[in-house]
Amino acid sequence: MVTSPDARGRFGAFGGRYVPETLVPALDELRDEFERAWADRDFRAEFERLSREYVGRPTPVTEARRLSEDTGLHVSIKREDLCHTGAHKINNALGQALLARRMGKRRIIAETGAGQHGVATATVCALFGLRCVVYMGVEDCERQKINVFRMKLLGAEVVPVESGTKTLKDALNEAMRDWVTNVGDTHYIIGTAAGPHPYPYMVRELQSVIGIEARSQYLERYGRLPDACVACVGGGSNAIGFFHAFVPDSGVRLVGIEAGGDGIETGRHAAPLTAGSPGVLHGSYSYLMQDEFGQVLGTHSVSAGLDYPGVGAEHSFLKDSGRAEYTSVTDAEALDAFRWVAQCEGLIPAFESAHALAALRKGLFEPGEHVLVNLSGRGDKDMETASRILHL
Amino acid sequence: MSRIASTFAALRARNERALVLYVTAGDPELAELPAIVDALVEGGADLIEIGLPFSDPIADGPTIQAGTQRALDRGVTPTSVLRTVGSLRSAVPLVLMGYYNPVLRFGHDAFAKSVADAGFDATIVTDLTAEEADDWLRASRANGLDNVLLAAPTSTDARLDEVCRRATGFVYAVSRTGVTGAGQEAPIEVQFLVRRLKARTQTPVCVGFGVSTPEHVRMVCEVADGAVVGSWLVRALAESWYGGAGRADLVRRIRDLKDATRG
Repeated sequence: MVTSPDARGRFGAFGGRYVPETLVPALDELRDEFERAWADRDFRAEFERLSREYVGRPTPVTEARRLSEDTGLHVSIKREDLCHTGAHKINNALGQALLARRMGKRRIIAETGAGQHGVATATVCALFGLRCVVYMGVEDCERQKINVFRMKLLGAEVVPVESGTKTLKDALNEAMRDWVTNVGDTHYIIGTAAGPHPYPYMVRELQSVIGIEARSQYLERYGRLPDACVACVGGGSNAIGFFHAFVPDSGVRLVGIEAGGDGIETGRHAAPLTAGSPGVLHGSYSYLMQDEFGQVLGTHSVSAGLDYPGVGAEHSFLKDSGRAEYTSVTDAEALDAFRWVAQCEGLIPAFESAHALAALRKGLFEPGEHVLVNLSGRGDKDMETASRILHL
Repeated sequence: MSRIASTFAALRARNERALVLYVTAGDPELAELPAIVDALVEGGADLIEIGLPFSDPIADGPTIQAGTQRALDRGVTPTSVLRTVGSLRSAVPLVLMGYYNPVLRFGHDAFAKSVADAGFDATIVTDLTAEEADDWLRASRANGLDNVLLAAPTSTDARLDEVCRRATGFVYAVSRTGVTGAGQEAPIEVQFLVRRLKARTQTPVCVGFGVSTPEHVRMVCEVADGAVVGSWLVRALAESWYGGAGRADLVRRIRDLKDATRG
């Protein structure tokens, strides 16, 4: 099983670099510098120290007894919701900010959908005294007002993006444009495992701590591995970080859950692996949602963080190789799970993570099977939207 | 010799540089494209780049991005663009400028054939770097199309070698580390980039991204074989194509740009 990209930055057929020439030298520099840093014991020690002392790692695995009773499965949850800033996003933001500092870049840009990556980036920029500009679609700014405020409070500049569909993909376009213009002093912290090489690989490495911890915690607690690992997939950073350590364990099913929106059959969804086809978006060859002419389609999901028409290249590779499987749950199923998990376990998941939890009720697993779900973030940011949708 | 190569040879014989103009297909309406091409040629365009609107134009600045969005909102597709271009006769070479995903979606061979059949002389695929370009280069060469590749001030010498080895027609030198957009100063770094390219290739070098006035054109033409004007024209067309004096005024302003290419 391929777990590292080849010289052209590809996982099998997927990945690569499809960017304006201006960015290629910056991507070369980033690739080389990340390789050096990742092999540097001092860099790793600093990353691990901050992960421990600042982010709060390791995050626990929690046995979910009442979900288990309800589903007839044996359910455990990896608690990335307990990370500082409320989601796994900070693992990547912290690593890349350390890298930017090492590269002497004092200005950081980021795109954000749900705002979790923007908040994580603004947070580490505050920690290291770096300038921070976050691009966010105007529709997402509306959906995730509290995170906009948090970013501003942390000293970041939030730039609302009016172009295109006004969501995550357009925020990414604007961030790319900024990077093309300011590549000399600026590092672009992409928040997900998509984008041109080396991002899918680098983000995977920085997030792989999720699966490394979860695998050893599970073994220690239960003396065995789970039958299945489940995670939500938008761009796919929490899922790839979670899956990575389990890829060699051929007995462990890897299940990615995409955003089914109003239902795959309606076309109003954000599920490129389930219902898309391979193409080039944001610098990478991977599955995406596109029309017959190769125009990228608008997406729909109640979850801003999953509302993205593309997906990380390594997921496309894992899908086509058969090592991982991908399916979707609808907005309605995710919202049901949101409430269900809150009331059964006292855990309020982010809308994104609620998709992964909803998969427990989709008949994907045999009774009694051990299922480990990655709870990638907590739902505080979604309270306002939830209170409008769920009339309690 | 390709039509583009002949164009540059004829310009050289007259001691002129090339005025390359960019227009987004479908902005204004696609039905206007033949008349727009006529006006650009009348003003003195030596080559015309026709932009194929793509949903996610990561390399374009706000002006061209907005034009792209207007074109997409009007329902412009690659098929309708190729059909319209196929119906017009241009006295100057035409270059299709776009992004890679529509090419990939059509298939390299089918797309190259359709583009050549429509009467294009070359393509520029903005997000296709030299190392990913070879399949497309093979298909387009087989259909008689030139391939314009981009070179940037940030490109290393090794990368410029790769670009120059593959580019035909002309090399498109990005004039500043940045995205397209009118109203900026024509930069100095262009001189160094052009010199580096000229040391590597006989293929003509044109400079674009940020070139918007006769002064910019003159500066660029002191060192390069041509200047590409994009955002300025996209804005001018959006603002005045339908106005009373629109066409005549546009032709006059293009003539000023063309005059700046004469040595």
